[in-house]
Amino acid sequence: MSFINYSAREINCKIVYYGPGLCGKTTNLLYIYKKSSPESKGKMISLATETERTLFFDFLPLTLGNIRGFKVRFHLYTVPGQVFYDASRKLILRGVDGVVFVGDSQVERMEANIESMENLRKNLNEQGFNLDALPFTIQYNKRDLPNVVPLEGMNRALNPKGVSFLEAVAPQGQGVFDTLKEIAKQVILELKKNA
Amino acid sequence: MADTGMVMYEEEFKHIDAELSKLHQQANAKVIFLVDKNGQLIASVGETRNLDTTSLASLTAGNIAATGGMARLLGEREFSILFHEGKRDNIHISMIGQRVILVVVFDQRSSLGLVRLRVKKSVEAFTQIFDRILKKIEIESGKKVEIKSPFAEITEEDIEKLFG
Repeated sequence: MSFINYSAREINCKIVYYGPGLCGKTTNLLYIYKKSSPESKGKMISLATETERTLFFDFLPLTLGNIRGFKVRFHLYTVPGQVFYDASRKLILRGVDGVVFVGDSQVERMEANIESMENLRKNLNEQGFNLDALPFTIQYNKRDLPNVVPLEGMNRALNPKGVSFLEAVAPQGQGVFDTLKEIAKQVILELKKNA
Repeated sequence: MADTGMVMYEEEFKHIDAELSKLHQQANAKVIFLVDKNGQLIASVGETRNLDTTSLASLTAGNIAATGGMARLLGEREFSILFHEGKRDNIHISMIGQRVILVVVFDQRSSLGLVRLRVKKSVEAFTQIFDRILKKIEIESGKKVEIKSPFAEITEEDIEKLFG
């Protein structure tokens, strides 16, 4: 939930990267962290297992700049993608302002994608959110791999409502900032709507 | 939306700051900070210079959320106090109402007993302040004009500029 601080002249928003295990959520954040200037980023926190699988969440605070004299900060979170961490995923969705769904483009991960998307919708509902009313974008990641599902197929399976979507190759940064920009834009426009 | 966003106004911020400073002094604490349940830092006081308060705020909220999840599994409404003991520093975390988290970091210059006692008193004061803020947010969002949101007149161009 956005937090507007008139005293510090700051606006903080929360964006959550969601998706199945190993789809590249953490990789997105790592790339953003790597490429952001030191003065705009805070420390990146990763609560991960010894094998570097996300256990609770990754967290990256990012200052984008100023709008009308207010510092605009985004708090980026990822959820743990593995199915059995569902309780943790629910907690991280609390107070969310915008969601990025990172889909794994590989044929063999389609089922996991669909399951994760359904899980997102269900968990948001439990927190009182409706995915269709929330700033939301989809990133189709790993587009450089040989066994990817064509875009139409991805959209048919994951994007029946036709929300904005982007292609990405997260380790190389392709599409990573475009995705962030897209969701940030939607979140800010939502704030404007409610202003 | 499931909940209204948190808004902090100048006047209430002063009250919060004053109450935090009072607690900081009376509890002999190192650092005290207030965090929104969603992980946003609201205010802090004390030796914060070498402390990553943004990360601490986010982890505190995660901690409270996880503990709350555990409480519900046991049929408890919440565990209202958390305490972490370290070799040098200790952290005392408590809930104010259902919305805000009060975090007190202290070392051997204070004690758990003193912190608990002082926090208990402060929580009452903070509860009143945050009740006032929530009421104000409700009233303002009803009339929408009195305090102008910085987002009201934002343009696509403003947003583009953010990404330079």
